[in-house]
Amino acid sequence: MNLDEILKDAEAAFATASSLPILDQVKARYLGKNGAITEQMKSLGALPVEERKAAGARINQAKDKLETLLRARRDGIQAAELERQLAAEVLDVTLPGRGDAVASLHPVTRTMARIEALFSSIGFTVADGPEIETDFYNFTALNIPENHPARAMHDTFYLDGGKLLRTHTSPVQVHYMQNQQPPLRIIAPGRVYRCDSDVTHTPMFHQVEGLWVDESVTFADLKGILADFMARFFERGDLAVRFRPSFFPFTEPSAEMDIGCVICNGAGCRVCSHTGWLEVLGCGMVHPNVFGHVGIDAERYQGFAFGLGVERLAMLRYGVDDLRLFFENDLRFLKQFA
Amino acid sequence: MQFSEAWLRSLVNPALNTQELGHLLTMAGLEVEALTPVAPAFDLVVVAEILSAEKHPDADRLQVCQVNVGASQPLTIVCGAANARAGLKTACALVGAVLPGDFAIKQAKVRGVASYGMLCSTKELGVSGDAAGILELSGDAPVGQSLRRWLSLDDQLLTLKLTPNRGDCLSLQGIAREVAALADAPLMSIDCAPVAVTSDATHPVAIEEETACPRYCGRVIHGLDANAATPNWMIERLERSGLRAIHPVVDVSNYVLLELGQPMHAFDLARLQGGIRVRMGRAGETLALLNEQHITLAGDALTIADDSGALALAGIMGGVATAVSPATSAIFLEAAHFHPDAIAGRARRYGLSTDSSHRFERGVDPELPRRALERASRLILDICGGAGGPVVEVGPGVPARAPITFRPARVRRLLGFDLADTVIRTLLLRLDLKVVGEAEVWQVSVPSHRFDLNAEVDLIEEIARVHGYDAIPVAAPRGQARMLPVGEGKRTPHDLKKLMVARGYQEIITYSFLSEELDRDFRTTGGALPLLNPIASQMGVMRGSLMGGLIQTLKHNLNHGQERLRLFEIGRVFLAADADAQPLHAAGLVFGAAHAEQWGEPTRPVDFFDLKADVEALVQAHTVAFLPATHPALHPGQCARVHLDGVAAGWIGALHPRLVQSHGLCRAPILFEIDLTPLLAGQAPRYLGVPRLPSVRRDIAVVVDAREPLAAMLEGVRAAMPALVSEFALFDVYQGQGVDQGKKSLAFKMLLQHTEKTLTEPEIESAVQNVVGILSDQFNANLRR
Repeated sequence: MNLDEILKDAEAAFATASSLPILDQVKARYLGKNGAITEQMKSLGALPVEERKAAGARINQAKDKLETLLRARRDGIQAAELERQLAAEVLDVTLPGRGDAVASLHPVTRTMARIEALFSSIGFTVADGPEIETDFYNFTALNIPENHPARAMHDTFYLDGGKLLRTHTSPVQVHYMQNQQPPLRIIAPGRVYRCDSDVTHTPMFHQVEGLWVDESVTFADLKGILADFMARFFERGDLAVRFRPSFFPFTEPSAEMDIGCVICNGAGCRVCSHTGWLEVLGCGMVHPNVFGHVGIDAERYQGFAFGLGVERLAMLRYGVDDLRLFFENDLRFLKQFA
Repeated sequence: MQFSEAWLRSLVNPALNTQELGHLLTMAGLEVEALTPVAPAFDLVVVAEILSAEKHPDADRLQVCQVNVGASQPLTIVCGAANARAGLKTACALVGAVLPGDFAIKQAKVRGVASYGMLCSTKELGVSGDAAGILELSGDAPVGQSLRRWLSLDDQLLTLKLTPNRGDCLSLQGIAREVAALADAPLMSIDCAPVAVTSDATHPVAIEEETACPRYCGRVIHGLDANAATPNWMIERLERSGLRAIHPVVDVSNYVLLELGQPMHAFDLARLQGGIRVRMGRAGETLALLNEQHITLAGDALTIADDSGALALAGIMGGVATAVSPATSAIFLEAAHFHPDAIAGRARRYGLSTDSSHRFERGVDPELPRRALERASRLILDICGGAGGPVVEVGPGVPARAPITFRPARVRRLLGFDLADTVIRTLLLRLDLKVVGEAEVWQVSVPSHRFDLNAEVDLIEEIARVHGYDAIPVAAPRGQARMLPVGEGKRTPHDLKKLMVARGYQEIITYSFLSEELDRDFRTTGGALPLLNPIASQMGVMRGSLMGGLIQTLKHNLNHGQERLRLFEIGRVFLAADADAQPLHAAGLVFGAAHAEQWGEPTRPVDFFDLKADVEALVQAHTVAFLPATHPALHPGQCARVHLDGVAAGWIGALHPRLVQSHGLCRAPILFEIDLTPLLAGQAPRYLGVPRLPSVRRDIAVVVDAREPLAAMLEGVRAAMPALVSEFALFDVYQGQGVDQGKKSLAFKMLLQHTEKTLTEPEIESAVQNVVGILSDQFNANLRR
């Protein structure tokens, strides 16, 4: 075969090689130890000296061409093989991911965390206290003497030895103020207990207590902070609020805070008893007698305290219409707060 | 406190409509809880007289009535009420009337007889009263007059939700005073002038307990007309306050209670034996109350007694033996002042709550008894006739209170806005307070009916209230811009909750009390802490562990179709009633498949080691050890005590088969519970350097007794291994073919590391042999080939 025939032959042979190993075998027929091109090279020695250079150059030319053909074919085979691999490896990417889903926080926790975050953002720290309390912390230190009618409103659970379950988070104020001097800025979220159980009452629920004591914290500040809080909590900049006089033995002046109904926007609905207002929080200026019980100078310091019901805010925020759902712990309910 | 608007307006009548009046009260702290019309809207209903009533020709139960409605001709009306009869004054809805429920009255044929209107029952008109038959009006009802006018139906019922400090507003007079102050409107006075004493009949009174009863007024009235009847206007006011008419004398005392706020009592004079004594109850003394309840008096129960014994529970309820009856012709009328401390709590102790105790517990104007006695005397004499004796008044009375020292500057300081002294003074005067002083310190005298005002801060609240809370400006939150300390490494309970949620655990919140049995099963520290007054026995004791609540929640959800659960709760447990024995715990439960059912993984039940991994994640950054232990509620062979930094802090294990069975579970949930406090502490991390040279790994497998705990082996090896072994850890456990019964094969990975040079093969081999030697010597472990 002359070089042209070899090239022609090789080109045809490469084309039929269907895989890289076959291509390598085919390659050996031309470029291997006994390959056609190699044989040509070997035969150079038999040529006259003056022809050798030209003949050698021709052979090398042919070899270069052959190698180019070979590379092209190799690339072609590799591309085809990759295509096949890719086609074989197609996944159904719509199948669900392996592994477990994330669960969710209880809606009450979610709400408390939100309240904590909002108050933390203006420098309130979180305080905590026991749930089995003494009469002193739950009542006496909060200016609620024995036999005071306000005690009857509390429906207290009692234990042996005069202990009781705290009926509000306000005792945390007392613990905190016994150990710290003003300025004080705390919120105290936690469980509270009242001996009451019906459609709208559970014997355990959650409150968040807030307290800010300094030399010039005023009732106007109380209004400002709580109005701001409610607007942020419900993410409604235009939320209507109002403060009504009320009575708590441990604050004076005392107030109930109402917000414009977030369900009907004040138009009147079942949730707001058609008043357009929702009672959401009790608050007031700390009573001097409370400061007296914890050794804080009431002439120098003043401040406000508030207490809000977490379940109430959670119900309004998430549209939950039955308080008791919070403590049934039915996953069909809980999973909706993911 | 419920009352009629018309009654209030007879005492104070500000230029406000009903809604505005309600708003005024609500915004002053006298919250209007309900505002309901006495009657729903209807018109064209008039007073009518039935002239004749005859049986309907075609219906047994119907009558055909001729009815005078004040028109020139009587109307023919068919009526089905059994009490329709000639001569009865009743209510007639004329043709064209629209009754509640959009019920339009038309001319109609009833069984062939044309009917021109309808005789109405209270139910049809939507007003209170007996529903049986048509309305029965008194004989003096003017025929043809609008029924609304005759019965004053264009009136509203206001129900106030009063705070316990405002006992002074538990009367029409009190509310009227408040409205007068708030609206700056004139207040009508109530006639409490002394009645003419027309008899010298009297009855002796002695007070043994002057602190509890500083004042007792009484008077004999005799010659009462047994046929006297309570007038309609009084019945109407009583009914609109939720009271029923009973007997003229009782009605008057109830009326004065509502009008002035002074609870009163009338004894049947004929049944008194000797003088009245106000004293404490005596041991074993019994009393039959008006409500027919028999009580045994306690030594601190203030009692009205005579020579025969206890007659009444002072300030709470009278006794049945001396009660006024239709036969009563002479009474001894009581108006006394009892101190709140002498009454508070007593009524509740006997399961009572009366209008009287409600007021005395909150306080009553101590100067009121004499005025109230004269007011009641006037009304009784007017209604029942008779003659009144002189007033008996005993007791020292309540001393007048000293004026309150008041600094107007404190108003501005506490409320946070500018309010002029002159305005402050005006507001105080509107509340009937007397102000002396001009400069920085004033003396403010409080009238006897405002017994709730005792300190400067009380006056500040009054000023804020009458000025209006809404009128106090809103200040923007402000404070020092000082950063709060934040401990890096410290975690909050909320951080841990988020970690558990990220690992697929659903947070639950269960009651802190549960049944005694459930508490006993899971409690490991302290005894039961029972509630003295639980809601139910299933909520009878405080929890000593969170596991009981997890099990209850598991069962609830299994009953509602769930099959795989991962739950956790963070909350307090109660080891004792002391403040420092109520630690926060975290607890979790897993049940069902290890992973949610899906296509990509074979299903297997969750086990101890799945949960253990989650506990390890929770306690990360602490040194943790799991030591075999026994817990009363956990499987003795699948239970460990969790030690954090060398201190026992929690438990992990499978529920004990005994409890699996008693709770009716198909398999054992795995649970953990751990003290949260140590988990919240932590430090910022510390960099220890990265080795420059590569480490060498060698694996060895040994066969040991199957009961040998891994932790002991790791600890033994780690304590004695050569320094260049940087890590020694388990990576496989095998039991079965090729390993003898009672043995297990453990495969360990060793990492060898020298900080300065590359290790040689003999050095490596020597270290491996050293470790194999430790395993062999201490744990009888044989190298597996």
